[in-house]
Amino acid sequence: MAQKVLMTGNEAIARGVWEAGVRFAAAYPGTPSTEILENLATYQDIDAQWSPNEKVALEAALGAAIAGGRAFASMKHVGLNVAADPFFTVAYSGTNAGLVIVTADEPGQHSSQNEQDNRNYARHAKVPMLEPADSQECKEMVKKAFEMSEEYSCPVLVRVTTRVCHSKSLVELCDRVEKPIVPYVKDAKRYVDVPANARIRRQEVEKHMDALKVVSNNSAELNPIENNGKDVGVIASGMCFNYAKEVFENNANYLKIALSFPIPTERIADFCKGLKKVYVFEENDEFIEEAVKIAGFGGICFGKYAPDGSRYLPYCGELTSDVIRQVVTGEKFVPADFDRTKIVARPPALCAGCPHRGLFYELGKRKNVVVSGDIGCYTLAFAAPYNAMDFNCCMGASISSGNGAQKIFNQIPGNDKRVVSVLGDSTFFHSGITSLLDVVYNKGNNITVILDNRITGMTGHQQNPGTGFTAQGDETTIVDLEGIVRAVGIKNIKVIDPNDLKAVNEALDWALGLDEASVIITKYPCVLKKFSNLDKEQYPDAYKSRCTVDADKCIGCKACLRCGCPAISVVNKKAVIDHTMCVGCTVCKQICPKKAID
Amino acid sequence: MTKNILLVGVGGQGTILASKILSLGLTAANYDVKMSEIHGMSQRGGSVTSHIRYSKEKVYSPVVELGKADIIVAFEKMEALRYLDYLKPDGKIVVNDCEIPGMPITSGVCEYPKNILEELGAHADVTVFDANKEAEKLGNPKVANIILLGSLIGLMKLTDIDWDAILASNVKPQFVEVNKKAIQVGIDLAK
Repeated sequence: MAQKVLMTGNEAIARGVWEAGVRFAAAYPGTPSTEILENLATYQDIDAQWSPNEKVALEAALGAAIAGGRAFASMKHVGLNVAADPFFTVAYSGTNAGLVIVTADEPGQHSSQNEQDNRNYARHAKVPMLEPADSQECKEMVKKAFEMSEEYSCPVLVRVTTRVCHSKSLVELCDRVEKPIVPYVKDAKRYVDVPANARIRRQEVEKHMDALKVVSNNSAELNPIENNGKDVGVIASGMCFNYAKEVFENNANYLKIALSFPIPTERIADFCKGLKKVYVFEENDEFIEEAVKIAGFGGICFGKYAPDGSRYLPYCGELTSDVIRQVVTGEKFVPADFDRTKIVARPPALCAGCPHRGLFYELGKRKNVVVSGDIGCYTLAFAAPYNAMDFNCCMGASISSGNGAQKIFNQIPGNDKRVVSVLGDSTFFHSGITSLLDVVYNKGNNITVILDNRITGMTGHQQNPGTGFTAQGDETTIVDLEGIVRAVGIKNIKVIDPNDLKAVNEALDWALGLDEASVIITKYPCVLKKFSNLDKEQYPDAYKSRCTVDADKCIGCKACLRCGCPAISVVNKKAVIDHTMCVGCTVCKQICPKKAID
Repeated sequence: MTKNILLVGVGGQGTILASKILSLGLTAANYDVKMSEIHGMSQRGGSVTSHIRYSKEKVYSPVVELGKADIIVAFEKMEALRYLDYLKPDGKIVVNDCEIPGMPITSGVCEYPKNILEELGAHADVTVFDANKEAEKLGNPKVANIILLGSLIGLMKLTDIDWDAILASNVKPQFVEVNKKAIQVGIDLAK
């Protein structure tokens, strides 16, 4: 018997990629997809890399596949927005060896800025798509996706969701099937996307999608029907199938759709014939529900909308079994009767010792400063006690949006508002460089702070071009952040220690006093980072001390609480520092007006 | 019959390891197991939950429904209250008698709720002990999570599973013995 092990969906995807004989994989970290490449990096047969961003990752993967090796790219849902450009074009050209892309969507927005349904990308770009429902399916469908990609000469999208990525279930392991490199033959008519060529490929796309439509309509493997002899039907995709099974058990017929694009409209119609009622369970948009209506069964269809057009299932969030049960049965969950208001939330906070703290403490105190934020741990600076962020949008936008905002403020007579853009090292490498180029080229005068904590923090410590290590742990060139900033054309650059509040203030005063663009790099390794030898050499004393409050000197003014450190509390009108958390960054010590902290 | 378990706590308390050990033990005993955790921002001092569902039949969903948990093991008192709605009417709660205040409380904006144990007792069959103290008695404060797991093992009548073997292959050799003891302490405390 094959070995069965418990795996998360992400681990199983990585396993499937390995078993499929893939030679090259690339990704940029993003919840809930990050662990896919982290796991791939542990397989020595695969060249697995962190790319600076998702667009680069997909471009690298498609190049590898054109050259003849099976290739793979994974990203969170918003990552595919970044990679949309190559995605749409490779949809036409296809590749020489198989190319599979995983998008990890976030129904419920556990750690994302939106709830976009990337199944729409499959339709939009005309790319076939699979939706696995558990870890075993993740592994098998990734392999299936590679076969499909090669059979139909097109990339294949695999859409998973947070619950699929981060749930564990049993997976039967198989061996890796070695796939020799497919000989590369120059074929410019296919791979050079000038209009004359692309118009021909456009026809090819339609042909293979028509062929795949037949597969989708007839595949008992990918779109299985379970006939329990009932007059109620359930159509579901991905994790929603599992949720629905818990509620309906054997009291419904099921059509489980894994090959959800091309959508199996005829199979849906066959399934619906003779049913009195059909439920459609899918997270995010009404992707399958529309097909049920197109197939002519809108009159018995209950999905996001009821047949009369009224709202039925919730339009957002996860469709867990309790959500489905309440809507379908009308059984209202009766919560226990107690005072919920006394339960205090646990909002995420910058860690004790976080090297971003000093900057945001000082920035939050400044008047006439507008802070343009970005995506990373430092986004938490929007909250109290710092309140040091005005807006943010997407990776790298801190600099470009900040530049735009500054241009308008500058048009107001007598303006003294200055925009400070803040972003991390990994975010700068991801999409900040071109934004900074915009500032220089178009004579912007905003201030950019690059929070260089020597790692990709928020997603759990992935290497990046500035850290000196690859995803697979090999030493590599440390890209010089300051050198990039200088090469882009920034003349005013300061590199400071963010735990030194005096230096932070002086740098801010200096930058605010200039009438041209400047960059401040706050360089200090993340408190949670596993230090490299270079980090140990450069920061020998980092995080090795503790701060203590002298209770006799403490007047209970709570000034230290304004640095927002989770290690500090006030007990009986005296500040107390929790030594299990404190790492001695000394930011609180520098704030204390009575010098009571040492 | 599918059993539903919820482990709840605060980032850093070891709920993830405890749920991993539990899932592996259930798998070894030929149960079908589904487990779900939400990562992401919860690493940073946030509330952490693991859902575990198991049965001799096929288990579909990895997520426990509201009002369906057979047992909730709370590694921290306020977390027990936060997830109380998941407990079924005659369900059980194991609570670690431990308070982790969190930022809004340490910064003086909110107060840590009073009378949590009384509140829980009014709604469920509650087993309370200080797992951190019990772990210190064993000489390793880090095994508090395994003591809590032990109580769950006792209350869910999963003592027949070879937990020693699971621990032996999942914790560092020098910590296997103390973890074995921790499971037994937990089982005894829940009797």
